[in-house]
Amino acid sequence: MTKRVPVVEKIMSANDRIASQNRAKLDNARIYSMNLMASPGGGKTSLIELTIKNLAERLRLAVIDGDVATSIDADRAASAGAVAVQINTGGECHLDAVMLQNALLQIELDEIDLLIVENVGNLICPASFKLGTHKNVLISSIPEGDDKPYKYPGMYRGVDALVINKIDLLPYVPFDMDYFRRGVEVLNPGLITFPLSCSTQEGLDSWISWVLQQTQSNRII
Amino acid sequence: MHELPVTQNILEIALRHAKAANASRIMSLNIVIGELASIVDDSIQFYWDIISNDTIAEGAKLNFNRINAEFECKVCGARYKLQGNELVCPDCGSLQIDIVAGKEFFLESIDVE
Repeated sequence: MTKRVPVVEKIMSANDRIASQNRAKLDNARIYSMNLMASPGGGKTSLIELTIKNLAERLRLAVIDGDVATSIDADRAASAGAVAVQINTGGECHLDAVMLQNALLQIELDEIDLLIVENVGNLICPASFKLGTHKNVLISSIPEGDDKPYKYPGMYRGVDALVINKIDLLPYVPFDMDYFRRGVEVLNPGLITFPLSCSTQEGLDSWISWVLQQTQSNRII
Repeated sequence: MHELPVTQNILEIALRHAKAANASRIMSLNIVIGELASIVDDSIQFYWDIISNDTIAEGAKLNFNRINAEFECKVCGARYKLQGNELVCPDCGSLQIDIVAGKEFFLESIDVE
């Protein structure tokens, strides 16, 4: 006799539970944290390097780097002046809450103010896996094209801030900023955006001030 | 690409509920996937056939209930579905819209013996 058992359970709930534990652990240690996501080549590592260089005198920083293999990105973060931990996902296309949980064990949490997690370069999978960080930040870059919000709605819907990188290339590539922003606005109304260039450092100041302000105001409780 | 851990979650949830219901066999799983959930059901099926081996869910059928994305305009109240790339309200052109359907991703029920 077949019978139907009602379940109605979110399929990502196991990951979400660990993500809440990560958040509690970070809050406990008074660490502010950001999860940085982008396509490969979008500028995650470059933005992290510049953020470290600009904030290293005011904040104690740690970077957790997710990559399929190699420690190139973690090495760049370390030489810029942060505590760096590399997670090699061994082929997985995203970080999940358990990977962050394990990486946190490798950091002296009491000695850190701001944790930046560099997710695996990918616009699909990381959106489905919460890590427990305070802010989810997406970097979109001009050469990727203005249609990205339309093609990756899940990613654009779930973030708290958007960096538009490589604006120095605007004169050279077709990119309709109005069309791009319209897609963003529909998916994520009022999303705070930071148009900037990691190469020329134009627009970088407002990103740096925002990160500093967010970290300070969230740590003073 | 993230369908393997997703499929492992589905198996874990199904086995837990089957055990609670004292079932000896899982015949089918009813999974709800919204159009905006970025999940490929063919990939889930592929991994399912491998990882459900040697469990009471081996050979169980996966039924996917696909939910189309649907939007509601906050300004004029129009309800509409995805039309090409453009997400703005087709009636009044507003950018202020709610996603009323399409984000779902859950295991609704299992059929057991």
